[in-house]
Amino acid sequence: MNSFDEMLLANGEVREPYARFHEWFREQDTEALGEKAGEAEAFFRRTGITFNVYGQDEAAERLIPFDLVPRIMAKAEWDNLADGIEQRVVALNAFLDDLYHDQEIIKAGILPERLIAGNEAFLPQMQGFRPPGGVYTHIIGTDIVRCAENEFYVLEDNARTPSGVSYMIENRETMMQMFPELFAQNRVRPVESYPHHLRRSLAAVAPPACEGTPTIAVLTPGIYNSAFFEHAFLADQMGVELIEGSDVSLIDGRIQMRTTEGYKPIDVIYRRVDDDFLDPKVFNPASMLGIPGIMEVYKNGGITIANAPGTGISDDKAIYSYMPEIVEFYTGEKAKLQNVPTWRCAEDDSLKYVLEHLEELVVKEVHGSGGYGMLVGPTSTREEREIFAEKLKKRPSNYIAQPTLALSTVPILVDGGLAPRHVDLRPFVLVSDKVRIIPGGLTRVALKEGSLVVNSSQGGGTKDTWVLRD
Amino acid sequence: MALLGRTANGLFWMFRYIERAENTARLLDAGQRISLTNLSAEPDEWQSVLVSAGVEAAYNAKYDTHDPETVIDFMLCDRDNPSSVRASLETARTNGRMVRTALTREVWEAVNESWLVIQRRLSGRISPRELPAVIDLVKRQGALIRGAFQTTMLRNEIFDFCNLGAFIERADNTARILDVKYWLLLPEHSQVGSALDDFQWRSILRSVSAHRSYAWEYDGEYRAVNIIDFLMLNRRMPRSLAYCYTFIEESLKYLDRNYETRQPCFETAASLNERLSGSSVRQIIDGGLHEFLESFIRDNNRLAQEIGQNYRFYPGA
Repeated sequence: MNSFDEMLLANGEVREPYARFHEWFREQDTEALGEKAGEAEAFFRRTGITFNVYGQDEAAERLIPFDLVPRIMAKAEWDNLADGIEQRVVALNAFLDDLYHDQEIIKAGILPERLIAGNEAFLPQMQGFRPPGGVYTHIIGTDIVRCAENEFYVLEDNARTPSGVSYMIENRETMMQMFPELFAQNRVRPVESYPHHLRRSLAAVAPPACEGTPTIAVLTPGIYNSAFFEHAFLADQMGVELIEGSDVSLIDGRIQMRTTEGYKPIDVIYRRVDDDFLDPKVFNPASMLGIPGIMEVYKNGGITIANAPGTGISDDKAIYSYMPEIVEFYTGEKAKLQNVPTWRCAEDDSLKYVLEHLEELVVKEVHGSGGYGMLVGPTSTREEREIFAEKLKKRPSNYIAQPTLALSTVPILVDGGLAPRHVDLRPFVLVSDKVRIIPGGLTRVALKEGSLVVNSSQGGGTKDTWVLRD
Repeated sequence: MALLGRTANGLFWMFRYIERAENTARLLDAGQRISLTNLSAEPDEWQSVLVSAGVEAAYNAKYDTHDPETVIDFMLCDRDNPSSVRASLETARTNGRMVRTALTREVWEAVNESWLVIQRRLSGRISPRELPAVIDLVKRQGALIRGAFQTTMLRNEIFDFCNLGAFIERADNTARILDVKYWLLLPEHSQVGSALDDFQWRSILRSVSAHRSYAWEYDGEYRAVNIIDFLMLNRRMPRSLAYCYTFIEESLKYLDRNYETRQPCFETAASLNERLSGSSVRQIIDGGLHEFLESFIRDNNRLAQEIGQNYRFYPGA
């Protein structure tokens, strides 16, 4: 497969955004750079920037490999993307509001009702309720892939609980420490103000019961969660409390945290606990991670939950396939960013096509994430495809399929110098009184030659992502 | 900003375990010294190391000999022994991770790095020959953590809860060391003054890293009354009970002032401190050294629990 390389064109020319970097790189001793890479790893290890891999020994904290060649975007490239992303997140919030109220989009015959009814990510408890500020998904991590100079696709919207923003910030921090001269030569837009923007965004959607400056807290499932580092990092950087379910109680109609001085009400909670575990009184009664009664307090205006429960419905991959229509329905404009063509296996014609073309397609579960439970056709074995076909036939509506995209590549540092590897991009977006998009994001890179799977749980690494000022 | 009860608890235990890791290392150092003299007769020196650390029962459940290598392994590397150096640091680090938002980057990194380095060093058995270098490593890492703590942390309630953990643990440790060896310090025994006793006394001092400072504070001779005074009542000696209680009382006073309350645990600490300043060595010996230490250890523990209750360390409080 011929892929678009973001640094080097097919004729060997260096693309403009990488010009200065490339010049710098040519003067470097690659062996010394290799040592720098070792330094970066030691830095991550000491700082504890690790993640836990599910299903492995609790003590097994792993590092996400960091590659020190940055991914660089020109101003114009970024501005176009940002424009498209803003349009999309505005549409997503309007869509969620509609789904939980009048369902105009279904009445208009654009979205089939069966995608909502019986979908476990749709929460009937949210029907008729409008969260403070009318915002449903406050924090979004739009996954974007590139296939050519001017060809970008949105792969997933991640309107539920996107993670990885701490790596965006720490990667930059690491690069600035290791190669300060690069930042003198290139005008790179900063990303470290993200926690500040996050705090502002959250404070701007305080609930009616809030008096004075809103008290904000980050809710984590605890230190064994794979993203615990990020939860602690964000709480720390925002200067707010990092709480677990056992730290709070429902007192006087408010969710209050147990402090050394007594109980204090929380106004806005940035929860990194899934819907199902959020409130054992309303959802999974066995949940030990949640806060009993929080839904009732929420509905009475006693707390803001970010992201709102029930936003997961828009992460459903079958619903994703309607995003161009959704964007148009709520904004009145054509979608500025393209969707990846998607076959919904629930539809007979599509299922037939997918079964016949498994070796070319990527098949995903509609509720899946993290690269689990999917089939990458071109790299699969015949046996894997046969097993998968059986699963598909059993529950077609549980799957969608997409063509295997020729993801763009960006070079990584290897022993002999540079070598191209496939990447994707997750910019982080905040929605509140206004939309805030941080210039950059997390670039994930498949470290294995030819591999298209960039997920950190599957051996992917990350890169610092630069958006140039000019 | 408010401090969560759970965070206060995590800070408290993080520092207890940092302190414990070092104390365990020091006990082993002293044990090794004595066993090298071949003077030790009754009771077995390695056994008293286990008793001082409060892990004798756990050890006996697992082993029936007291050979040095096994004891050293149990005290240094064994993850089943919650007071082993390795397990202590792991607990300290787990707590540190949980309360990371309350720590400066320097303190967190010092704790995390100590855990990384020591865990790697203690991943296999340590021979008696390697012991001095390992003990040195543990002490050095402890010093790094404390250095980062003293020079970067804001002097607020977080600082106080850390100190409370460290000094409660230290007081407990010093009291236990004395209690295991108290019979050596009793009048009928202390008059003997044999070479063996000299060595034992020096080892007590060594186990609290104080064999040099003792000589500075008192004349060079080892005398029971002086050793008792030094480890229990001397407020200049950083591991004495009185020194620890100066800080415990002070930390609780700061907390009260900060929160504008008066918690019962402050009264408890003040009265324990009073007991130390109101006693002379003579009185303590006449009243029964063992009894005094035993009740001190119990009361010190009770104070720790009371602090946890007063400051809502656990749910339901």
